[in-house]
Amino acid sequence: MTRMPGPLRFAAVRHGLVVIVLAAAVAGYTQIAGSFADFQLAQIAIYVMAIAGLTVLTGLNGQVSLGHGALMAIGGYSAALVMQHDPNGHLPLAVVLVIATAATAVAGGIIGVAAARLRGPYLAGATLALAVGIPQLAVARQFAHTLGGEQGLTVRSPQAPSFLGSSFSLEHWLSWICAAGALVVLFLLSNLVTSRYGRTFRAVRDDEIAAALAGIHVARTQVLAFVVSAASAGLGGALLGVVTSLVAPAGFTLVLSIALLTGIVLGGLGSIVGAVWGSILVVYVPQWSTDLAHSLSFSTVMGSYFAVAFYGLVLIVVMLVFPSGLQGGIVRLWGMAASRVRRG
Amino acid sequence: MGSTTSKVLRSVAVVAAFGMLAAACGSSSPSGSSTGSSSTTSGGSGGGGTPTASAPGITANSITIGSHQPLTGPAAPGYSEIAPAANALFQYVNSKGGVHGRQIKYTYEDDAYNPSQTTTVVRKLVLQDNVFAIFNGLGTPTHSAVEAFLNSEKVPDLFVASGCICWDQPSKYPYTSGWQTDYIREGKILGQYIKQSLSGKKVGYVYQNDDFGQDGIKGLDYEIPASDVVTKQPYDVNNINVGPQVAALQAKGAQVVALYTIPAFTALVLLQAAKIGYHPTWVVSSVGSDPPTLSGLLTKFSSGKAGGSLLTGMVTGTYLPALNDTSNPWIALFKKIHDQYIPTLPWDGNVLYGESVGYTFVRLMDQAGVNPTRDSVIKTLHSADLGGPGIVPFAFSSGSNAGFTGEQIAVNKDGSTLVPQGSVYTTDDSSSAPSVSNYTQPQPPSNLNS
Repeated sequence: MTRMPGPLRFAAVRHGLVVIVLAAAVAGYTQIAGSFADFQLAQIAIYVMAIAGLTVLTGLNGQVSLGHGALMAIGGYSAALVMQHDPNGHLPLAVVLVIATAATAVAGGIIGVAAARLRGPYLAGATLALAVGIPQLAVARQFAHTLGGEQGLTVRSPQAPSFLGSSFSLEHWLSWICAAGALVVLFLLSNLVTSRYGRTFRAVRDDEIAAALAGIHVARTQVLAFVVSAASAGLGGALLGVVTSLVAPAGFTLVLSIALLTGIVLGGLGSIVGAVWGSILVVYVPQWSTDLAHSLSFSTVMGSYFAVAFYGLVLIVVMLVFPSGLQGGIVRLWGMAASRVRRG
Repeated sequence: MGSTTSKVLRSVAVVAAFGMLAAACGSSSPSGSSTGSSSTTSGGSGGGGTPTASAPGITANSITIGSHQPLTGPAAPGYSEIAPAANALFQYVNSKGGVHGRQIKYTYEDDAYNPSQTTTVVRKLVLQDNVFAIFNGLGTPTHSAVEAFLNSEKVPDLFVASGCICWDQPSKYPYTSGWQTDYIREGKILGQYIKQSLSGKKVGYVYQNDDFGQDGIKGLDYEIPASDVVTKQPYDVNNINVGPQVAALQAKGAQVVALYTIPAFTALVLLQAAKIGYHPTWVVSSVGSDPPTLSGLLTKFSSGKAGGSLLTGMVTGTYLPALNDTSNPWIALFKKIHDQYIPTLPWDGNVLYGESVGYTFVRLMDQAGVNPTRDSVIKTLHSADLGGPGIVPFAFSSGSNAGFTGEQIAVNKDGSTLVPQGSVYTTDDSSSAPSVSNYTQPQPPSNLNS
């Protein structure tokens, strides 16, 4: 690799620059896009947090988790409960989000200790149990009073600061908050991945025995990956609650956990940038499928089947054309183009 | 790529494939959208001024409204007919020239009775499709998720399809209003019947464990002496095993069972009780007692072994005329519209409900004048006479956004028809006893009957 000039030698600086460019792009896009586009951008940002976290765990550390929807639920419910104990809204949203993230990180640590003893299908099975079981706690009779049962808990929406003007909509503000959260997560995770910890994560994934012989504490590394991953998902879950002003068990079903997994595979397993592509696909493709079904003016029932079938078709095509995910495909295309330019 | 990595990739791929399957089976995001017929003749009963684009969702010749409905999922049986029925009423009105010359366009999206999906589809309707109002959004848990959002956007949130008292908070949520008799009022009237006509019997409750069921039992408890109530059994919508609840009712010797259940769960409870040979008197909320819907569900759930005969003797309440009372001009009109626009749907309580609530919206828009705004419609709601098919008056006033004020008891005579009996009662949400109503139902407007 050619040596980068000056401060660009440092990965953190490069990542910081990319984050600044992305932040500017988000600010520009939300300026011209409508309110519903703001809402969708917020959804994408929420998926970015959870999917980037899952990428670190599954793609870089080799631990499959089917339970990240449950971790998002923990983040969402933590935020809702903190807000309920603060009815006058004294706590800034940032503090609520940090508490929710920390609570999920602790839960991730506990799950991680168990997960570090499990491999392959056993780990998948255990995390699957979490995905099914944790959201149902809210419905269980013992907790239904505190956690709101099937109906869930309402989450207070923040007010956009007054200096942004009265025409600055709530959706616009929420999309900025979520985008900021996603960019912070992307920045921190990118730095983590290029650091010593990232290398130990990959070493443990590739060969646990070799990693242990090299002096890496395998179980500790795996628990750490789980904590980092859970914290990202927890922040995403808390913001999901804020954006939809609701946390309810039906919002954190197994389908959500599977969608996150779909996102990491589609985007490119193990690539932080891939997490962004994966999130965009997971949010937009179902929407496009539904719109397409609308425009073909199918009947309601036909339309619903068509949308699901079309979604599946897109996933199959993406996996056939880009077996290493969108990011892998882009890198390959870029490499082909670059070598052609060099030759020509 | 190391072999471990490809192993991880392989297991993830398998899991993801499984996930797609799960998504294909479990989730659905269809949406029913339909617009009225294309007649543009000007008409309507209001006068003065030229129609203009007076508010978001309103143009010179159209009004666009949206809704979230359970077209799939646990509440779909029965309830999925409501929006098509309201739309049939709108198409009929459109064919008569619309309201102040405007055609009503009704877009209803599926939320599968899942509050998280409700938040997304309602934002799409309001922020992207720019609907004038959300009309008849269905469900207590679902609509609760968007009430604050709609009020912060100042979007009229008219005639929620749920009897939760939470829609009647005019100071906190001025844009949200109920329509059907709320569950406390209904619970009081059903409770009064139990107290008077089934006095001294042991009473048990089965209720949905959310605001719907809890409001209902609150109303029942106002009237039924606490010493008569032997057990209260909640259920959750996502758990269809009601065996424990029914067993508890039987064990406690409940002779009368009051149900605050959606139709699918009324049917499940009845079947489970029949299975163990338990036959109390059923007293069921109007939302879960429609005979055609229930007999269909009973037949389906039991694979044909049971049917409408289990419904004989069931007691319920009603705020609309009886389905089979063809001498009632509203029933005659609505049956005619049903036969013309939605002949494939059964003529049942859900269709009557949909057409009735659709009529109330038409009446409101008619009364709101030629160029309504979102705020003026709410003002009209509070002041105008919205009389229609209801057998009781509405509570709408500047201090109340609650809908119908009472009900009449109706008994299922032969498994398929509800026969109203006794007086029509009106009441409020307080602990005071219901009183006999002297309200007279108006005739349908002549321009709709021609």
